[in-house]
Amino acid sequence: MQTPLIAFAHVGKSFAGGRGAQPVRAVDDVSLAVAEGEFLAIVGGSGSGKTTLLRLANRLIEADHGTITVEGEDVRSVDPIQLRRRIGYVFQSGGLFPHFSVAGNIGVTPKLIGTPPHDIAARVDELLDLVRLDRTLYRDRFPHELSGGQRQRVGVARALAAKPRIVLMDEPFGALDPLTRDALGDDYRDLHRKLKLTTVMITHDMTEAILLADRIAVMRGGKLLAQGTPAQLSRSGDAYVGELLRTPRRQAERLNELLPRDDSA
Amino acid sequence: MSLFSDPRWGEALAHLPDYLGNHVRVSVTALALGLAVSLPLAIAVRHRPVPRGALLGLASIVQTVPGLALLALFYPLLLALAALSLSWFGVGFSAFGFLPAVLALALYSMLPVLRNTITGLGGVDPAITEAAQGVGMTPRQSLFQVELPLALPVMMAGIRTAAVWVIGTATLSTPIGQTSLGNYIFAGLQTQNWVFVLFGCLAAAVLALAVDQLLALIEAGIRHRSRLRALAGGIGIAALVAATLVPSVARSPTSVVVGAKTFAEQYVLSALMAQRLRAAGFSASSREGLGSNVIFEALAAGDIDVYVDYSGTLWANQFHRTDIKPRGELLAELKATLARQNVTLLGELGFENAYALVMPRKRAEEKGIRSISDLAAHAATMSMAADYEFFSRPEWAGLQKAYGLKFRTQRQMQPDFMYAAAASGEVDIIAGYTSDGLIAKYDLVVLGDSKHAIPPYDAIILLAPKRAKDEALRAALAPLLGRIDIATMREANLRAAGGDGASSPDAVARWLWDKVGK
Repeated sequence: MQTPLIAFAHVGKSFAGGRGAQPVRAVDDVSLAVAEGEFLAIVGGSGSGKTTLLRLANRLIEADHGTITVEGEDVRSVDPIQLRRRIGYVFQSGGLFPHFSVAGNIGVTPKLIGTPPHDIAARVDELLDLVRLDRTLYRDRFPHELSGGQRQRVGVARALAAKPRIVLMDEPFGALDPLTRDALGDDYRDLHRKLKLTTVMITHDMTEAILLADRIAVMRGGKLLAQGTPAQLSRSGDAYVGELLRTPRRQAERLNELLPRDDSA
Repeated sequence: MSLFSDPRWGEALAHLPDYLGNHVRVSVTALALGLAVSLPLAIAVRHRPVPRGALLGLASIVQTVPGLALLALFYPLLLALAALSLSWFGVGFSAFGFLPAVLALALYSMLPVLRNTITGLGGVDPAITEAAQGVGMTPRQSLFQVELPLALPVMMAGIRTAAVWVIGTATLSTPIGQTSLGNYIFAGLQTQNWVFVLFGCLAAAVLALAVDQLLALIEAGIRHRSRLRALAGGIGIAALVAATLVPSVARSPTSVVVGAKTFAEQYVLSALMAQRLRAAGFSASSREGLGSNVIFEALAAGDIDVYVDYSGTLWANQFHRTDIKPRGELLAELKATLARQNVTLLGELGFENAYALVMPRKRAEEKGIRSISDLAAHAATMSMAADYEFFSRPEWAGLQKAYGLKFRTQRQMQPDFMYAAAASGEVDIIAGYTSDGLIAKYDLVVLGDSKHAIPPYDAIILLAPKRAKDEALRAALAPLLGRIDIATMREANLRAAGGDGASSPDAVARWLWDKVGK
């Protein structure tokens, strides 16, 4: 196996509890590798530590124990600002800057790394095409003038602006209606393949994870319970993993019953 | 005569460039200094609860100090600092006027700026600051590109509040020697010139509103990314400052500065001296409404050149003497004491403006009270009123000790209203001023001080050290010495309290010169 693009080795992170309370172990001895070009989904409920794990990768949070390597380098030896500029990050509800236009939001990281304005403008238009937003219509709009789906498309474009090899996504499609979510998910999957990205996506929705990701990691209480392709997971003996997989299965069966195919009619 | 045909409007207008210019300069400088200190402080402490609390607490305490007291406190503080700086570095600076006013007002402007900046920055959605971090901004870039722009509306609200407060409070900087729109108000209150009071209040209000609106324009410009609007607001403020700089550049440095304290007689006498100086070919300007505690130091430091003080005031307040000497002896000793500070006692004007216990003539005759000794027997059933400082002055202690005075009640009152209160019987006795024209007007009588508990208060002209050898100046003022008797001064003061066009200090000073000069 080639060297993974992102690797967590025995990583731990605790947060101070409330006054007098015990510290909370958000991430507890997690080891996980993400190969180049892979689309990994991390699935878990709230408080499972999945978001903390994601943020450890670009040092939005610093680990207490263990080693994290990105593109072969220990992240502790890399300037966190430079690290974040070369990793795309898509926030939960877009995280767009309300006082920047769409173009300003998308071009923010290229501007920080000193790309000439003309190149930024060209890159913004290219990215608007990629995320399928009309460039002349949306370039100068402000976030409050966009729908939720459009905002998240801009969020994806912003993450891709500085041509990262890695994209981290924190429940990117969670707040969208099912149709938009589906369309965006498919569009992103295409981008992931076309641009040869390595993607780590956080989600609490196993169905979404199965549909989009190559491989799935399941977290609970800060621990990594299982990881593998959907097929590998379905063979896992873990009760919680089984429970997580039951929902999409039941949904699939129910859908099959309710939506008969043309040939069975 | 209608309100607006009053000639005093024209007179008020003539002072506007000077007063408004100084007011804008001191306010804008104070605000700029306040912002330069508060903004970085607010940014530095915003994530640290302990220093943040301490800073906001301190700023709140400053805010509770009355504006006048805060301004007055800076004067002795700076005076001490100036003395230190002179002895350590050989460089002194003027503790008078501009500097204390700017420092006190800057301190006053801090609370709204600090509080709104901290609140504004604290109100930025954490998801947004996290996104700023996530896209690779340094903390500095996040602050300047994301947090500050988003906090701007709240911050600007604080800056606008501070601007209005500073412009309003700057009217109180007159008594510490900073010319401001407050000169109208202080002069107007003392000489019953309501046109001046009204003019000063209106001018300050209009200025405050104008600055507030210009700041609003800048804010709207920044918020809507309209360079034009922000620029228009910026140019407006710059124009305001530039326009007010013109008169100060034009002012001649050789001008003689005549000082005046905060009451009508002082305004009249300073106008009289300025008229005599101009007649002798000097250019003269006045610094009016100076606090009693400030004016002598201002003279000694050369910030003003000449003013009229009273022997007893200097004796007791400036030199802290508690013994009381006969008039001539006291003057001679005072002259020697002043000379040691290089201040010249040019001479006496001829009248005394002493404190005196005053009551209505009719009641005094009914009760057979002629002197303070007679009064002492009745005091326990009587009420007394005096100005704001009298009861803490040595004269009062002296009077109490000499005559065993003890009144039923003691009240403090605005001096202008005291005489009317005595005449109407609202109070029985007042501590009036012997040269006040209202004593005659209300038919009041001054009670004799047979035990000489109150020191003599001869009106005397004092010259600043740098004017000590100015023979032309001495010659210009010499015709006033010994020429103004108590009756003349009382009449002049009564005219100054007339409340009409002929009662301006300048007009009364001309009348006075007609009377004594020939």
